[in-house]
Amino acid sequence: MKEFQGTSGLIFNEPLLWEKGKKGRRGFSMPRRDVVPSPVDEGLAGDGPDFPDLSEVDVVRHYTRLSQWNFGVDSGMYPLGSCTMKYTPKVNEREAALPGFAGAHPLLPPELSQGALELMYRLERYLAEITGMDAVTIQPAAGAHGELTGMLLIHAYHKSRGSHRSKIIVPDTAHGTNPASASLCGFNSVPVQSNEKGIISAEAVAAIMDEDTAGIMITNPNTLGLFEENIREIAEIVHSKGGLVYGDGANMNAVMGIVQMGKIGFDVMHLNLHKTFSTPHGGGGPGSGPVCVKNILEPFLPVPRIIKEGDEYRLSGEFPESIGKLQAFYGNFGVMIKACSYIISMGYEGLKRASQLAVLNANYIKENLKDSLYLPYNRPCMHECVFSDKFQEGEKITTLDIAKRLMDYGFHPPTIYFPLVVHGAMMIEPTETESKEDIDRFIKALKSIVAEAGKDSDLLKRAPTLPKVRRLDETAAARKPRLAG
Amino acid sequence: MRYLPHTEEDVSSMLHAVGAEDMDGLFSMIPGNCKMEERLNLPEALTEWELNTLMDGLSEKMAVSPEYKIFMGAGSYNHYIPESVSYLLGRSEFSTAYTPYQPEISQGTLQAIYEYQTLVTRLLGMEVANASMHDGASALAEALLMAARVTKRKKVAISRLIHPYYRDVVRTYLEPGDYEIVELPRLENGTTDISGVAGMDDLAAVAIQSPNFFGCIEDLRTTGEVTHELGALFVLSFAEPLAYGLFKNPGCQGADIVCGEGQSLGIPQSFGGPGLGMFACRMKHVRDMPGRLVGKTTDMDGRPGFVLTLATREQHIRREKAKSNICTNNSLCALASAMYMASVGGTGIRELACLNYDKTEYLKRGLREAGLRIPFDSPTFNEFVVEFGEGFKDTYKKLLEQRIIAGVSLATWYPELSGHYLLCVTETMDREDMDALIKEVRS
Repeated sequence: MKEFQGTSGLIFNEPLLWEKGKKGRRGFSMPRRDVVPSPVDEGLAGDGPDFPDLSEVDVVRHYTRLSQWNFGVDSGMYPLGSCTMKYTPKVNEREAALPGFAGAHPLLPPELSQGALELMYRLERYLAEITGMDAVTIQPAAGAHGELTGMLLIHAYHKSRGSHRSKIIVPDTAHGTNPASASLCGFNSVPVQSNEKGIISAEAVAAIMDEDTAGIMITNPNTLGLFEENIREIAEIVHSKGGLVYGDGANMNAVMGIVQMGKIGFDVMHLNLHKTFSTPHGGGGPGSGPVCVKNILEPFLPVPRIIKEGDEYRLSGEFPESIGKLQAFYGNFGVMIKACSYIISMGYEGLKRASQLAVLNANYIKENLKDSLYLPYNRPCMHECVFSDKFQEGEKITTLDIAKRLMDYGFHPPTIYFPLVVHGAMMIEPTETESKEDIDRFIKALKSIVAEAGKDSDLLKRAPTLPKVRRLDETAAARKPRLAG
Repeated sequence: MRYLPHTEEDVSSMLHAVGAEDMDGLFSMIPGNCKMEERLNLPEALTEWELNTLMDGLSEKMAVSPEYKIFMGAGSYNHYIPESVSYLLGRSEFSTAYTPYQPEISQGTLQAIYEYQTLVTRLLGMEVANASMHDGASALAEALLMAARVTKRKKVAISRLIHPYYRDVVRTYLEPGDYEIVELPRLENGTTDISGVAGMDDLAAVAIQSPNFFGCIEDLRTTGEVTHELGALFVLSFAEPLAYGLFKNPGCQGADIVCGEGQSLGIPQSFGGPGLGMFACRMKHVRDMPGRLVGKTTDMDGRPGFVLTLATREQHIRREKAKSNICTNNSLCALASAMYMASVGGTGIRELACLNYDKTEYLKRGLREAGLRIPFDSPTFNEFVVEFGEGFKDTYKKLLEQRIIAGVSLATWYPELSGHYLLCVTETMDREDMDALIKEVRS
């Protein structure tokens, strides 16, 4: 295993925050007191929270050590399917931290906030162009928040036409957020199964689409990494019954500059700026989930909207049919700055090239591993490919064992056990920012693990052995939850 | 492009390996009528240096402290953030990781979030806190949906002194369901009149904010008692958690769900986002709680470690039956606030909260002495309402020219309070800045 990056290194132990420090220490420079104390109503005053007192050095060492137990994209290849763990450019962090942006109060008068408004306006226009849609809201905070927004828009659209529809069609390959977002809007999800090619057939949709169905939610490319080839026919069927077509754009990284979703039948879609547009995932957020729509849905977009008049920008809440607000202010502006910087740095050629290389990398992995791991849908893929542990069944080795063993080799595992339509799924999305050498090493590591499974399956069962901790008892954690110290 | 590592040689050998003639050949499964023919109309790519110039230019068009003296709060607060917090947050092992689905190599994020959950429970006096929500407004909406699940009732009463934008978000979330929202009016002293809920035995929740939108401290204990008599949950919203460094926490006064905005605790204002939705509740309701939870457990060798837990509430397991659709939350902002709370410390947060309180009282006193009316006499934290009068718009504009932003006009949201402004003071405001404002509004 010498050729692989995985190694134990020197890992420090580090106690919990409140097991450190001493009363009277401080890691904060207290501002000068230039006013006299004022009395506080005794009935209202409390004791203050029981926080530890730590020095600045205590705090810095604590979090530096914790960070060393983490694996990020900057540590190595992170092929987590449908999560698009691409490199996050460092210059974008600089732009978001500029004092004029980071220090800006959201209620500044428009004449004192033209820079932020212009940036948001630009980003909306870029996203409209990339998706081929007419109008955009950048207010939703994450992908699922965008889905909720999209469902609210569809709900408002039908309501404005005096109809109430109770169902929404959701394919079996969809992310769990899709049916959960639909439920929040009061829609019942009607599942539609993918066919033997791993995609939705027009006939399957035609069989269930009716005039009580508000629309369909389609992830394209889907979570098997396959393009929904029948999308135009499906959209026609849904539209003919008065429904709308929602696109989950989580996998947009496959088709920038290649397919404009607005031109192939989608009425509304969300994007994940923290996937396709390179903003850091932050260990689970903050993200940003803009929603792009066709003209028919524009009146319902969240407020406030950004208006350009001449060379001036302002916010406007004067849209009486709007679904309202999704966040207190305008969305995750700090994330928007990074995504906008990314688009401006890449340009059309760069974005298209990124999608081409993402698809090339995924197909290269698929071709090189399909003899070692079972490939349930053996056809060209888009930005990700899905294998399973079927070949390893005889050795009693599961997807989980393979994933855990990959850690010892120095890689983050792929998404596992999703999509649900593939038993024991391993969903690999390399993204375009992995080089051929790193991908070759990844392929070699997986082949080596498959060989280990045949010879010494215990190596996999005991894996991982190199990280800070080994496999954790998740059952005990859920049975007797210990959620605070 | 520097983010794309492939050489032409790499590309041709990889294309060969996958059996495609060229890049277009990779997309053969996309029907011809779905492919775009034309180019995307995007600006030409900029170099790193050109991008810096562009962004510098945009950011310089913004009015920010310390050049401007900004007396605005209303849900977004200017507090000092130690450089050590920003520096640590830049550790890319934290920032470039995904949600910690693989705990063995995510212990950094997991322990940090477990510590965050703990600090939040201690700050709010609650039993369990989740790993974060998007912001204070969406957290309140989710809290009301949770209360409806717990009580199996569909009517909620919310104070008119909850941040107007939070109430807007609540309306958006509750609109498609069959919910009823009752707004509770305000009393003369600037707090909520909850007397109207008497007899409403079909209420799922009573929600108030403290400090409320006017900066006033609400009577939590009474609200809790009245709410519990109705069999409803007491939901407490907040926008300025630093207040709990000085005032009694909501947990010890009967709150069942406490949710709010954590931006004050070490997160830049950033034109309103990303912020931090804090969310805490009683342990008996944990299985109805939205959002992720980190729990403590042990590994195969018996060593302590942390995992995501109670996931059967969540969308990736329960799909349409999930307690919420939330997936990506605001994890890195939660980490920032934990770093901030650790840096300020228990002794420090008390001192800092007192300093904020004292500075606000200084300005309040000064304005009163200058002849202005402070209409609400309830105790406040960091913010208070002042009546500048109908003709103040011109003075406001004149002050803008002097780079002083004299608060937020309340007329937009409370038409009966035209001429009233909400002023905010934090530890970042010097006495000279406050004296300058007092002098200007006096004349």
